[in-house]
Amino acid sequence: MDDPLVIAGREFGSRLVMGTGGAANLSVLERALVASGTELTTVAMRRLDASGGGVLDLLARLGIAALPNTAGCRTAAEAVLTARLAREALDTNWVKLEVIADDQTLLPDPVELLDAAEKLVDDGFVVLPYTSDDPVLALRLEQIGCAAVMPLGSPIGTGLGIRNPHNIELIVSRASVPVILDAGVGTASDAALAMELGCSAVLLATAVTRAQDPERMAAAMRAGVEAGRLAKLAGRIPKRFWAHASSPAVE
Amino acid sequence: MKAKVNGLERELPDGSTVAAVLALLDAPPSGVAVALDGEVVPRTAWKTTVVPDGAAVEVLTAVQGG
Repeated sequence: MDDPLVIAGREFGSRLVMGTGGAANLSVLERALVASGTELTTVAMRRLDASGGGVLDLLARLGIAALPNTAGCRTAAEAVLTARLAREALDTNWVKLEVIADDQTLLPDPVELLDAAEKLVDDGFVVLPYTSDDPVLALRLEQIGCAAVMPLGSPIGTGLGIRNPHNIELIVSRASVPVILDAGVGTASDAALAMELGCSAVLLATAVTRAQDPERMAAAMRAGVEAGRLAKLAGRIPKRFWAHASSPAVE
Repeated sequence: MKAKVNGLERELPDGSTVAAVLALLDAPPSGVAVALDGEVVPRTAWKTTVVPDGAAVEVLTAVQGG
């Protein structure tokens, strides 16, 4: 692990964070998670007896850390209660904070998000907030003590990729906590681009779980994240208007 | 007495504790959490916390999502 992702002092060998939503069944999910190489995976909190049990056993068996989220919450109060229940149920103080404004866009509600983040940081949580790609909001989240910021590339589940690369670069340029691109990834080149823009990691679910071959797409995402990271560290050439021969000129 | 457990009205014996409600739901020993009227009940208090008449009890667990 010569280039680990470090969040709140904890090291991860993989820079791909997976979500578990949308998989047809646990066996498909298992193959995809293994192929992705992920070490951190989100789970949702729901009423007991809802279908979809068994995911915690699966993650424990695979040695993947569970990151509870507050998906479905619309207000700071709901999100704070859900995070506290998740802490109690899963024995972790890490939380992916989601506070959604409406069902049509699933965009974060910035006012409720900041409020919830403040309360959870005060309550000792390691808060990883899912946020819009607004550089000002991302900075505010960092300033109140979030352990990472997770701007969207485009709305959840759209697969539209990174709609505003400049905003992601602005966020990366000012953040001193990890920036994790979360949502909107459609295919491996989107994940690679996120890393080339300087993100520390990528979080995705739908692009893998709803792909025609989730296991193969998970492998593609893993390779995409690794390629983008390598390219960022290697340093790309500047873009030029005119051609520039790579062979030596004839004397 | 009555209580709303995960959104469903339930008839419970008077003096039922949170632990009794969990037994009623056949809840697994780990991976669940309980809120009583919007407040988390720590695992250590399940056996001693009595569910008041008319209370709302939410029992949550982790599922695939996000």
